Amino acid sequence: MLHDDTGRTLFEKSRPGQRGTGEIEWDIPRKGLDSLVPAKLRRKKAPRLPELSEGEVVRHYTVLSNKNHNIDKGFYPLGSCTMKYNPKVNESLARLSGFSTLHPLQPADTIQGALELMWRLEHMLAEISGMDSVSLQPAAGAHGELTALLVVRAYHLSRGEDRRKVLIPDAAHGTNPASAAIAGFECVTVKSAQDGRVDVEDLKSKLDSDVAAFMITNPNTVGLFETRVEEICAACHAVGAQVYMDGANLNALVGIARPGDLGFDVMHYNLHKTFSTPHGGGGPGCGPIGVKSHLAAFLPSPRVRNSDGKFTLEKPSTSIGPVHGAFGNFLVMVRAYAYILAMGPEGLARVGRNAVLNANYLHAKIKDSMACKYEGPYMHEFVLDGSPLKALGLHTSDFAKRLMDYGVYAPTIYFPLIVPEAMMIEPTETESRETLDRFAEIFLEVLRQCREETETVHSAPHNLPLKRVDDVKAAKDLVLTHPFE
Amino acid sequence: MSHRYIPLTSGEEKEMLQAVGVERFEDLIQAIPSHLRLSRPLDVPPALSEMALSREVRRLAQKNKGLTELVSFLGMGWTKHFIPAAVDTVVSRSEFTTAYTPYQPEASQGSLQQIFEYQTMVAEIAGCEISNASLYDGATALVEGLIMASACTKGRKGFAIASSLNPRYREVAQTYASSNAWSFHDVAWTADEGQLDRKSLESTLAANAGKIAALVIQTPNTFGMVEDLEGLAETCKAAGAVLLVVNDPLASILVDPPGAFGADIVVGEMLGLGISTSLGGPALGYLATWKKHLRQMPGRVVGRTLDADGKRAYCLTAQTREQHIRREKATSNICSNQGLMTVVASVYLALQGPKGLEEVAEQCATRLAHVREGLAKAGIRPLFAGTPIQEQAFRLPAGSRARVESACRTAGLLPGVWLADHLPKVPAETLLVCTSETHSKQDLDLLIATLSSAGGQA
Amino acid sequence: MSGSNVPADLKYAPSHEWVRVEGDVVTVGITDHAQHELGDIVFVELPEVGKKVAQGKGVAVIEAVKTVADVYAPADGEVVEVNSALADEAGAINADAYAAWIVKIRISGPLSSELVDADGYKAML
Repeated sequence: MLHDDTGRTLFEKSRPGQRGTGEIEWDIPRKGLDSLVPAKLRRKKAPRLPELSEGEVVRHYTVLSNKNHNIDKGFYPLGSCTMKYNPKVNESLARLSGFSTLHPLQPADTIQGALELMWRLEHMLAEISGMDSVSLQPAAGAHGELTALLVVRAYHLSRGEDRRKVLIPDAAHGTNPASAAIAGFECVTVKSAQDGRVDVEDLKSKLDSDVAAFMITNPNTVGLFETRVEEICAACHAVGAQVYMDGANLNALVGIARPGDLGFDVMHYNLHKTFSTPHGGGGPGCGPIGVKSHLAAFLPSPRVRNSDGKFTLEKPSTSIGPVHGAFGNFLVMVRAYAYILAMGPEGLARVGRNAVLNANYLHAKIKDSMACKYEGPYMHEFVLDGSPLKALGLHTSDFAKRLMDYGVYAPTIYFPLIVPEAMMIEPTETESRETLDRFAEIFLEVLRQCREETETVHSAPHNLPLKRVDDVKAAKDLVLTHPFE
Repeated sequence: MSHRYIPLTSGEEKEMLQAVGVERFEDLIQAIPSHLRLSRPLDVPPALSEMALSREVRRLAQKNKGLTELVSFLGMGWTKHFIPAAVDTVVSRSEFTTAYTPYQPEASQGSLQQIFEYQTMVAEIAGCEISNASLYDGATALVEGLIMASACTKGRKGFAIASSLNPRYREVAQTYASSNAWSFHDVAWTADEGQLDRKSLESTLAANAGKIAALVIQTPNTFGMVEDLEGLAETCKAAGAVLLVVNDPLASILVDPPGAFGADIVVGEMLGLGISTSLGGPALGYLATWKKHLRQMPGRVVGRTLDADGKRAYCLTAQTREQHIRREKATSNICSNQGLMTVVASVYLALQGPKGLEEVAEQCATRLAHVREGLAKAGIRPLFAGTPIQEQAFRLPAGSRARVESACRTAGLLPGVWLADHLPKVPAETLLVCTSETHSKQDLDLLIATLSSAGGQA
Repeated sequence: MSGSNVPADLKYAPSHEWVRVEGDVVTVGITDHAQHELGDIVFVELPEVGKKVAQGKGVAVIEAVKTVADVYAPADGEVVEVNSALADEAGAINADAYAAWIVKIRISGPLSSELVDADGYKAML
């Protein structure tokens, strides 16, 4: 391949003296750097940035981009990640200069459209979740968790209670305990019961007046709705603890049930999951939080207020303060707003419905070949127990790598921790039946290969830009920047 | 009813329910007690066609006055620069936009190599050895830096903070302070140059001996002045603390970067370098540091390795620091970061190269000097003497603010940030003016003329 | 589990540490079974000499590529020596888990009652 110079960086392609931008015109007299910056302060050694023409830079990135799997190209059965289609109109609207050129410190009367959009989106998210108030400021799901826990902390402190503990199920995302720790809490693990749901008796035994919150993902990370949710919330409320819903799996509930109606006090949303904004190879996301009215006074500042169509910014004295330098990932909010407008009530009702149907349909097609540890029906995702592979000398990771040879991404693997050799599959509502059928065929074919062509699976992938990547070497011989010498 | 984003037809739904072995969809959600299910349609506006929703969103966009209609000199952490068309061309590619976090390296080499190159560029600019794969924005990067500094000093909780730190950053850090049991100790600025007051630093360190995790200092500081970082790392080290610098990446093209002075942790904001201001988000927080601090570093990082055939390959590495493995003992809770914004910044930096960036910085500094000279003729002086790059605080006559604001409104001008609104210790009429290469001579002269007539000495 | 090497002269914790007792100093490492389960070990976070440790609390951290395991102290005491060679070659634990000791602790209290002999440990695997 002429242009596939595997792994060769911009820095190796760089040639001194070249550049990809033209010199900017001078319409005022040039003074020269020597007169602008004293010699003592001047940078002694220029940063070794690449020196390339515009076309070379564009081609470099285009060739790189072709080595990525992406949702426009193919299926991502990634459990817990909700890799749904990202509508294109959202992208073009987020690029409108009326949004992209705004400065966060502009006077409120010059950003009325932006404030109105945020106000409307807050109210739409509140309606969808059954919460009373929403803050859009957190930049990602984990940021939302942390912000929500700071809100919970402020609430308890306002009542003279310095509660120290946060309860978290053993099946939780790692961000839950990490966020709780950074919010200053001690994490206490709650066990999962035999059926894959929270062990409510274990929870009750750990609830006391020192518990600030119980964080629970619903549907949980094995794709099951927490049927005893009312009892869970009541038990927590009885000791004054707040119940936090990790909204990573909100997609399953859209139009079907609302966290606020289930009894939750506080939650976060992932606009980059449930509300179709793109993942961008890792971000930016947007992790708004929703709260019931008793927590609203503590939401991050500034708050957008609407008085008869005039939008203002307010900093309530009870607020925890800002959690982001500006308003959060505003252009992600624009995309989510456009998405909700495109869906409407009927469209949103089909989000949860078809996400659940697609997951159960796909499960039905492969359940006889590989089992789940916990019994369904499932909500938006299911978690296969890959441990039978071990008898063949294989692991879930081998299976996942082989799947990628067929143009699909790997499922989420080794999570949650309560399922051995876990393989977590979430199709989302935007995949067609044809895609699910084809994926099931591929899945079964790979399973056949596991038995009959074990080495093919063991050494997969074979059809991707690279063979199996050595992550042990990467971790042992850390090379984190280009070695220039 | 069909919907353009949802492929299943009602016929297919029926067949799929049959395949699952249930009669009705409700059979699949029996785990949800029926009284908890939503029994009405959501109260959101009716679905709009693409045309109608575009019209609605455009209506909101048009209600704003962006930096294309107003002549703006706003900065204070968010700076506007020209963005070459190639940046958006690359970042619009679905292969970057709609990709997931590159956990499976064999199907994600594009993102991984791009992040590796980004890390290299950040480390080069900051003058450090390594960088992580991104943080949300400059302010939250500072918070991550504080957590990291505490970990680097065996859990110290005190921070000596230069009072000239961006007040928005300070405010965000304050939000996280009490839950982390952090105490902030202000270090004064010098009266003449607005630089870190070394005596104040020494007395802060002495008064809190054994407790200070880091000195936090910003360069250029909130008055726009480049800080002389010489000797600060040594002072910190002697106190058992680390040096944490909030750094403007464009300024450090012209002046020696914090890493060259031995700063342990360098954080900051990349917005402006290819990234539009966008009401401040998505922005791009960066964090650069040294290999010796890797195990305390927050967030993802990409490393170089080989594949089974011995070809060069990239993958996420040093993951045992992260939340999905270390859980409550992780160095940070961050998961989703600002991945796509690293593509934007990388393409911009690659297009500019060292020469292009230096030229942009020189343009900014020269235009600021033009404003400074123009204002001086009307008796409007900088708040401090010193070396600014693209931003500088000016002191307008007492009582002139209302007059200036009114004149600017008439002229379609956002003259800068009234610093006292954010930093009460500065005089009430302090205006922080930020220039860039995008300001034409006419823009600069409009600012000079408007400020001079409304705020100049009569 | 068959195939795991379990020397007869050591004591074992249910959390997969081996312990060699020599007077009031115990040497602690992780078992062959543990290194096998962790996979390639890339880093060992060692304590400082002189650190006070408590029975059942973490004294070192073993890091594989995608897993982390704490090494727990079998008794109260003080770290008197660490195997600093592991800082450069953590993989030595994979090569020989019983040669690649991690810490030596001068104990100030009784050994954990949960420690078992080789046969007891084999029965746990």
